[in-house]
Amino acid sequence: MSATDGESSLTSMDKQQALEQKNVFGFWVYIMTDCVLFASLFATYAVLHNNTFGGPNAAQLFSLHYVLVETILLLTSSFTCGLAMIGLKQGAKDKLLTWLGITFILGAGFLIMELTEFTKFVNQGDSWRRSAFLSSYFTLVGTHGLHITVGLLWMLVMMIRVAKGTLSPSSTRRLTMLSLFWHFLDLVWIFIYTIVYLLGAVQR
Amino acid sequence: MNDPKTNKLIEDAVRLKSYVLGYVFSICLTFEAYFVVVRDSYSTNKKIVIIIILALIQFVMQLYYFLHLGVNRKSKWKLFVLLFMILIVLILVLGTLWIMSNLNYRMTPQQINNYMQSQGGF
Repeated sequence: MSATDGESSLTSMDKQQALEQKNVFGFWVYIMTDCVLFASLFATYAVLHNNTFGGPNAAQLFSLHYVLVETILLLTSSFTCGLAMIGLKQGAKDKLLTWLGITFILGAGFLIMELTEFTKFVNQGDSWRRSAFLSSYFTLVGTHGLHITVGLLWMLVMMIRVAKGTLSPSSTRRLTMLSLFWHFLDLVWIFIYTIVYLLGAVQR
Repeated sequence: MNDPKTNKLIEDAVRLKSYVLGYVFSICLTFEAYFVVVRDSYSTNKKIVIIIILALIQFVMQLYYFLHLGVNRKSKWKLFVLLFMILIVLILVLGTLWIMSNLNYRMTPQQINNYMQSQGGF
């Protein structure tokens, strides 16, 4: 009797684990479809980036060292998110919350820097209405910023949830998905940094 | 040696090492790309090729070290979906650029004038 009990509990745990993996895989498939959204925006930007209609071009508009600081912030937040996941694997709540908090602060810093840049552009008359280049720039970088905002909100909710309760399996699953999402946003930023800012500065 | 606690410690150390390595590589590549653009030691075309290669290296590095996508069995399907997505993205981006540059070529007034003159209209 006890043997069958042990066996059934084992299979239910296996089932649970398989379900978790399926959930995470499903989220991965969603992230990959999100790539198609970014790909279409990148394609639009690549087609329109020379159509400045008398307005400023990329080399005149962007300051590279400002973007470098943004990139370092986001990259570091991706790294600390990974450290938070080690805390999650160990079941160490304090470690997880500390690193998630640092990730949140770095991500918020990135978002604030980006919004400051956008405000500066709009105030000097270079908003998305200025030219096709700026329309596609604001759409591409703005969509990434929107994803960052959603990721930050998600992180905040997860931090409150974990701080108030214990590390339940559902929290673990959601945190795993959140870390995938956050690393993905950093991956997209590599290409924004390279294609929009660096290539823009090269082709003056 | 097969003590589960020790195994767990080793696993944690391996994960930490992977994140630290990924972070150090990514920071180096980011700065490298920045300095290639800022310094005037290469021609424009060389700069473009170098920074695109650096971005692709960083992409693969982060996939490997941060997202732990390797060739092990556990991440096989993740890898397949990723490869399929890369195919779709390449078709989308390169196809768009191809079609739009082709249209641009055909829609240039000079080209159209030449065409109209040689053919006597469309």
